[in-house]
Amino acid sequence: MDFPIELLINAIIAGVLLGGFYIAVTVGVSISFGMLDIVNIAHPAFIILGSYIAYIMNSRLGVDPVLVGLLMLPVFYALGAAVYQVYYVSFEKRGQEALRGLAFFFGILFITEVGLILVFGVDYRYAEAPYIGPAIRFAFVDLPYRMLIPCVLSLLLLASLQVFLSRTYVGRAIKAVAQDQQALTLMAANPIAIKRIAFGISIATAALAGAFLVIIQPVEPSVGREYIGRVFAIYVLGGLGSLPGTVIGAMLLGVVESITATFYGPSWAPAVSFGFLLLTLAFRPAGILGR
Amino acid sequence: MHSRTFILVTIVVAAAVFFVAQLVANNYLFFAGYTVLQFVVLATAWNILGGYCGYVNFGSAAFFAVGAYSSVFLHKAYPLPIPVLILVAGFVAGVIGLGMGYLTLRLRGSFFAIATLALAVVLQTLVTNWDFVGGSRGAYVIRPNSLDVFGHQIPYIEYLFLQMLILAAVAIATARTIERSRLGYGFATIRDDELAAEAAGVPTLRLKLIATTLSGALMGMAGAPFPYYLGFLQPQSAFALEYAVNSIAMPMIGGTSSWIGPLIGALLLGIVQQVATVTISSAVNVLIVGVLLVAFVIIAPNGIVGFVRNLMRRGRS
Repeated sequence: MDFPIELLINAIIAGVLLGGFYIAVTVGVSISFGMLDIVNIAHPAFIILGSYIAYIMNSRLGVDPVLVGLLMLPVFYALGAAVYQVYYVSFEKRGQEALRGLAFFFGILFITEVGLILVFGVDYRYAEAPYIGPAIRFAFVDLPYRMLIPCVLSLLLLASLQVFLSRTYVGRAIKAVAQDQQALTLMAANPIAIKRIAFGISIATAALAGAFLVIIQPVEPSVGREYIGRVFAIYVLGGLGSLPGTVIGAMLLGVVESITATFYGPSWAPAVSFGFLLLTLAFRPAGILGR
Repeated sequence: MHSRTFILVTIVVAAAVFFVAQLVANNYLFFAGYTVLQFVVLATAWNILGGYCGYVNFGSAAFFAVGAYSSVFLHKAYPLPIPVLILVAGFVAGVIGLGMGYLTLRLRGSFFAIATLALAVVLQTLVTNWDFVGGSRGAYVIRPNSLDVFGHQIPYIEYLFLQMLILAAVAIATARTIERSRLGYGFATIRDDELAAEAAGVPTLRLKLIATTLSGALMGMAGAPFPYYLGFLQPQSAFALEYAVNSIAMPMIGGTSSWIGPLIGALLLGIVQQVATVTISSAVNVLIVGVLLVAFVIIAPNGIVGFVRNLMRRGRS
């Protein structure tokens, strides 16, 4: 049997597109975990919530999912800020974030999933838009729009966050909070307010990621669990919170997953990301770009 | 109370529970009781690592499922009596706990937590693709209806109930013995300040490995009789998120500082869930657990035990 090179190239390109989407999924965690040291394992639950809101608006009112995602940004920002306030008052202030903070987010993850199951059941839901279905074709390479659009928009999202963090006053303050909270207090800035803004932004990205997800694949409530592994695998691979590292981690995981799914069947794909995560944690805990 | 006395008391209480259950002699009671006791074991096991050392394990379902699937494997390969299966399951799950701890425990605590979540998905994918133990279709485990003991016919569910009761007693006695031993004090130093403990010469990595191994082994043991209890096992039921949530929620709600917290939490939540499953629906009862978990960590961070202790302290002054 000769090696199916065309199949391999297609798998790699599909993987790159998938990896682009994974950027949007992970960037929120890169901010919350990497910069604020908040282990938000419920992040995928917020993404699924975003998917369901996009699905409802799309099926009831016929609104484009991406537009819904954009409209939801302020709502999710407020939600994130509120969650951070509860987290701060209940755990961070008391110095109990390690054990109870984790349990808190795990509880939120679980409540969201079961809540969605109770309301919508476990059926797969999907969105409709003119660009879901058609594809551009170069020679033997397929570029489906439903993958291409989330990928491009995710890259845009990452670029704008990068600019925001390095050029604006608030963005720089967020980076400063990540480095030395006490120094910030001495500069008469309120670290809690800045962290609230940053956490709000991280949850806001979940609204867009959720809209992309429902474009790419049908969604059911427990899909979020698979994304826990992906998100943290990318986060760790990418070197714990660096945004350029996140891009590399996301692309790498996307390609490896896509190749695995093409050659060994999609039932093995979830193990790839988690296997990657375990191996990275064990052998290169600072990520591929790390020292 | 001396540890030896405590073990004796535990045995007496377990025996009393079994005889009272015999008097009621209702099969449903044994079915429901088995599940509650299974949660007592899981919650106590979780607390050895989570409550004593302060390391969160989200992968309880993985260890539980490893136990259950090691039973399925042996059932197909070479059938053995259940007490032996429990020991085998404990060994396999303990080894996985040790390996897991060895790979991740040198990192910060939250990475261990994330890695345990990952472990659950990796193992589930492996089992789903492993045809010998049924793959995604699941496996039937045919069990007899009753067991012949010295000419007496004992319903099989009573036999399973008894095993789980013994396991619960073992788990609680282990937890309590650890609490009062050098090992327990070592665990407490890790929980309170790992860096200081390390600097003071506490062999933190070795202690943490002991905790993950013990905790994993007990969870695996709790899973071993599970295929016989259900008669049919598929990956979704063995790896159900429900186990992971319950084994965190129960100690958190009861109180993580001593053996009695997980016991109270497991009995309370276990019974509430049994009632809710019958009267409302099983989806709602898992929602209740999630809501209670979040409510308790926010409002009563030291659980029911801590709450009662506070009341007593206030009453005295």
